Amino acid sequence: MTRKQRRLTMIGGSLAVLAVAAALVLNAMRDSIVFFSTPSMAAEKQIPAGKRFRLGGLVQPGSLVRGDNLAVNFSVADGSAVLPVAYKGILPDLFREGQGVVAEGAIDASGVFRADTVLAKHDETYMPKDVADALKKQGHWKDDYGAKPSASAAPTQGAPK
Amino acid sequence: MIAEAGHYALVLALALSLIQSTVPVAGARWGDVALMNVARSTALAQLLFVAVSFTALVMLHVSSDFSVANVFENSHSTKPLLYKITGVWGNHEGSMLLWVAILALFGGLVAAFGNNLPLSLRAHVLAVQGWVAAAFYLFILMTSNPFLRIATPPIEGRDLNPVLQDIGLAVHPPMLYLGYVGFSISFSFAVAALMEGRIDAAWARWVRPWTLVAWIFLTLGIAMGSYWAYYELGWGGWWFWDPVENASLMPWLAGTALLHSAVVMEKRNALKVWTILLSILTFSLSLLGTFLVRSGVLTSVHAFATDPTRGVFILLILCFFIGGSLTLYAWRASTLKQGGLFAPISREGALVLNNLFLTTACATVFVGTLYPLALEVLTGDKISVGAPFFNLTFGPLFVPLMMAMSFGPLLAWKRGDLLGAAQRLTAAGIAALVAIAVAYAWTYGGSTFAPLAIGLAIFVIAGAMCDLAERTALFRAPFATAMQRARGLPRATWGTAFAHAGVGVALIGIVCETTWNSEYIGTLKPNEVARVAGYELKLDGVTQRQGPNYREMIAQFTVRLDGEKLSVMSPSKRNFTTRGSSTTEAALLTRGASQLYISLGESTNEGAVAVRIYHKPLVLLIWWGPVLMAFGGLLSLSDRRLRVGAPKPAKASRALQAAE
Repeated sequence: MTRKQRRLTMIGGSLAVLAVAAALVLNAMRDSIVFFSTPSMAAEKQIPAGKRFRLGGLVQPGSLVRGDNLAVNFSVADGSAVLPVAYKGILPDLFREGQGVVAEGAIDASGVFRADTVLAKHDETYMPKDVADALKKQGHWKDDYGAKPSASAAPTQGAPK
Repeated sequence: MIAEAGHYALVLALALSLIQSTVPVAGARWGDVALMNVARSTALAQLLFVAVSFTALVMLHVSSDFSVANVFENSHSTKPLLYKITGVWGNHEGSMLLWVAILALFGGLVAAFGNNLPLSLRAHVLAVQGWVAAAFYLFILMTSNPFLRIATPPIEGRDLNPVLQDIGLAVHPPMLYLGYVGFSISFSFAVAALMEGRIDAAWARWVRPWTLVAWIFLTLGIAMGSYWAYYELGWGGWWFWDPVENASLMPWLAGTALLHSAVVMEKRNALKVWTILLSILTFSLSLLGTFLVRSGVLTSVHAFATDPTRGVFILLILCFFIGGSLTLYAWRASTLKQGGLFAPISREGALVLNNLFLTTACATVFVGTLYPLALEVLTGDKISVGAPFFNLTFGPLFVPLMMAMSFGPLLAWKRGDLLGAAQRLTAAGIAALVAIAVAYAWTYGGSTFAPLAIGLAIFVIAGAMCDLAERTALFRAPFATAMQRARGLPRATWGTAFAHAGVGVALIGIVCETTWNSEYIGTLKPNEVARVAGYELKLDGVTQRQGPNYREMIAQFTVRLDGEKLSVMSPSKRNFTTRGSSTTEAALLTRGASQLYISLGESTNEGAVAVRIYHKPLVLLIWWGPVLMAFGGLLSLSDRRLRVGAPKPAKASRALQAAE
């Protein structure tokens, strides 16, 4: 084999692997990507029953009901719409009424969001970033959601301006 | 006083790094030996001052000086001493200081042990290190100064995030940073080679040990982080395909590729241009990881307080170094001479294949990690790319890689014999088929995919052993001869075998844990029994206890197997009053390589507790695999041929001087 042929073999092989990888990525993109919605976005978009998505919002205070054998019902609100959620299992340590939450699952025929995962991806202000962004966009953001426990003692920190 | 001294030392380190980044380059240009030697002294002095700065921050944390903002926000006077020390890097400012300290450490090591490097190459390498260091000192001093004081000091601190109050924090971040930042050395060598327009086998011989050191630490760091997440987060997951995890996996994949392509360059003087590119990409991915983690543009299980100005600053550093080095590459790469020839079926060819699959796998992780970010910027849609995406893309790419892995070491350089290699792997193939049959029969009616994956893993492990048996002529020659040959084998060969077998071991663990994991999730009252995978777990009772800075609810379980008492397990739930948050401390019972895992949920009014009990078969293999890989790396590193920094025997000197 000449140098040129060898190089062509190599480039051809690389392109073949890259093509396979690209096909895998595109195929996976179609099936395994989950969109994020708040309750009002879900109502607006008319998400069909059975389609998986991530629901984010605030846990409605007073809505948490614990049933038998770890069944839990609560509602997620974003200021303009409320969606009831049913979940079976142990809630994460940081789950609280009035705080942000992200749940993954799908709406069933009766309009209840059946969650199979409840995420506790919080920072120290107990607010998932996705939820904070969505609430800000809809104008329901209140500054005290993000306030640190003792804002008065917060030091003067940041870039020198 | 201590805070001010630490701050001042950091400013001095910045000044030194600025000298280090300019003077030696000028010296190399004018051929001035004295100026080139400035690099060495400034690198060592820089290390000294960063060490002073870091020690100052540790002392502030240990003495609980709450007049310093960083200590106030992340410490508490009742916190145990270990967590006071580890808490130093359990926050943004401190962890960036650790980052630059490790960068200075690597620079100092090159300065101290680089005596046999060509003078101009050493000057250039250290100058590039100086640029990276200067950028990050500026970042710390301008946006994340850990030494800021509070005007009216509070009496008590806010305590460290409870999840971080664990031994894992003492090990995981330093290990990970030693890996991440260690790749800066191969980056500096690559950029220095491009600046000099010259590169040869001696260059690869120099770069390989540094890459290997970084790779060993990164491997252990990732494995440690995974184990920490497994026992601390309370639901038994060990890999989440979370952006922050991917940020550490990408440099690992690229670094693994680099490790292999550097071999080709060292032995055969080929793939030069590609090796340089990989060096640049690997460190670029480390920088990208730092950006993803520190800017908070992606949501992740790693909870960090974030600040947009920091993100923009790191993004600028990222653009400068990645853009700059790639431009330099585009401009100068063509000046590097072409290397040796080889046929597609050869050891070189196999290593190219390895590189191809590793970098492609790395690219799919890159797409999966950054696609949500790109989509949000372009269309405003928020999506999440989770485990299914990565299983569908990363998985299929790793299968051919693992199949080829056993063949590579059996092929000869330049022109290999695939049929011959296949013949020598017959034993491994038979072992794999037997494994598939046994696994299939054992779990009849279950998953068909899992036994195949186990067969692949056995093939990799047995293939590594075949390679060793072949080289030592075991079974062909008398046993004593084989032992003699085994002693005479280069340690790098043993290293390869161990590292490759480690991949197979990890795969067995992953397959068994994901396929045959059994679980019990429910509420238990005292004296009730849960049954999982043949084990009987009886809840004896629940007690309360006061810890140093938390209250704890402990449940005690008696574990029985076939009516016989095995052990007592005590999972607990800790409530940290200062932060008002709680953590779950899982209880683990190790049986061979398998584990029983109990974590607690909330307790109800009637005295019942919600529990999660898992039986995870062979789960420990997931982490033994990487440990085996790192051990292989260590063996390779101890190979005499690689210890270029050590006093060299007469035989090796010819190859080393070739660089001049």
